Amino acid sequence: MSEILVGAISEFPDNDYRILDIDGFEVGVFRRGDALYVYENRCPHFGGPVCQGKVLKRVEERLSETQASRGLRFAGDEHIICPWHGVEFDLKTGRNFGHAQYRLRKIPARIKDDEVYLDIPE
Amino acid sequence: MNATGGSSKRRPRSLRDLPKIDRSSDTRDVLAHAAKDAERLRDYFIIDIDAHVTELAFWSEITNLIDSDVYRHIAAEMRQRSAAIPALMNLQPGLTYQGLAGRIPHDDGPRENAAEPGVHPQVVLTRRAMDSMGIDYMVVFPTPMLQLGMHPQPEVEIELAHAFNRWMTETVLPQDQRMKGLVYLPYIDPEAAEQAVREFGDKPGVIGFTVCSTRYKPVHHNSYMRLYAMMQELGKPLAFHAGYHWGDPAMLQINRFIGMHALSFVQFNMLHVTNWVLNGMPERFPKLKTVWVESGLAWVAFLMQRLDAEYVMRSSEAPLLKRLPSEYIREMYFTTQPLETGNLKLTEAIFDAVNAETQLLYSSDWPHWDFNPPNSIADLPFLTEQQKRNILGLNSARLFNIEVPKKKLAVPPAAPGKAG
Repeated sequence: MSEILVGAISEFPDNDYRILDIDGFEVGVFRRGDALYVYENRCPHFGGPVCQGKVLKRVEERLSETQASRGLRFAGDEHIICPWHGVEFDLKTGRNFGHAQYRLRKIPARIKDDEVYLDIPE
Repeated sequence: MNATGGSSKRRPRSLRDLPKIDRSSDTRDVLAHAAKDAERLRDYFIIDIDAHVTELAFWSEITNLIDSDVYRHIAAEMRQRSAAIPALMNLQPGLTYQGLAGRIPHDDGPRENAAEPGVHPQVVLTRRAMDSMGIDYMVVFPTPMLQLGMHPQPEVEIELAHAFNRWMTETVLPQDQRMKGLVYLPYIDPEAAEQAVREFGDKPGVIGFTVCSTRYKPVHHNSYMRLYAMMQELGKPLAFHAGYHWGDPAMLQINRFIGMHALSFVQFNMLHVTNWVLNGMPERFPKLKTVWVESGLAWVAFLMQRLDAEYVMRSSEAPLLKRLPSEYIREMYFTTQPLETGNLKLTEAIFDAVNAETQLLYSSDWPHWDFNPPNSIADLPFLTEQQKRNILGLNSARLFNIEVPKKKLAVPPAAPGKAG
């Protein structure tokens, strides 16, 4: 494991994301305020470039008190979506909503002195 | 900094941004991970038996080849009135859901720059996909034309089929010998289908025939017997490519694309295989090889068991059969995509049931939303090395009489993020 300096925090726009190739190891860096969520750019489904896809809100189906459907709406939490097949992962946990085995590999990250460091596997 | 990792602190030797993938992304960027995975398959010979052209992107080229001057005129007028509704086509509800509302951009294209001097853009796109996935030969089918069997106007299917066959054999296939095609049979009209066999069956790059099988035409109807005899005589296989039809009375009660797509493809393959077997077509045309395309494989095992169970009680209703239905089905060919792997024990049993070692053909379905790269087969833990090689290419080479080259034809593409 190496702690790698990948740049100043100012180079990572808030509410956005960058995908980096660091010495051949690919990660997606998603910034939300002071928090960084970093994952390996590889989908557990078929190995697709998951972090290079879109980020969209989770879709939920609302129900009435009688369990009747009240239609589809976007929920508050965000999903990272693999562009190969549309597999979705919670941006903050890296977990797939319905398939417990599908989980993104989390890469430890920290901000020190306004610089971003990632723990990249050797 | 890390108590367990024995870590070191450093700046990267190389650091670069990778692009976000959207509708205009280069195929080589979209498939960059597939290219990395393909590096370990460099000594595999790979034939993709089911990929697709995006014919609507070249619809004016195709409709300008319509034989009837009246329908050519209608198509030209329709094109001028609306670019969003392709001239003469019967677009089905569902096609616009393929890209999952922008989540899967490559199924909403192509919008990438595919301009290369002297090369047709469709050939450029297919080459990029082949090279990225390490595929040596790619057999290409149409996309929305798969649903032409539901068109209310038989003459439109006949005209568009002829125009598409001309476009494929005159414009696309001559530009790259790694691209292969199947003659689109206008199955709505047996005589027109026979004419297509005569006119296009021996064209360079044509390795067989296809029925886009989303349709309500019984495959055992007497009017097709001469057509099957012609194809058997030519010695080229007949592929039934399934598709969906959300307007089918059974499918009308399904409210989500996922459910309709999961069932409707399989429905048509099951209907046609059932009719093909129970009416003794393998006995009538024993040398005509059939391929059943794009429904995964789980349905095949179900159908084998189901038909066998009923046949032993009701063999009088299928008097042309000399063996169990499953024995005929085991001699058919099937394509892999979309491969079901949620339960690998089941997958292994199904591979055994369909005699995958000799009868199963790798297919990607690129560029569609549920495509499978070659590692969908190469990574299966229960296959032997030889079985992987057979499924990925050697079975197709034998079936379609394609020579296995001495060295790999696929060329590794440009590095990720540097395409274009």
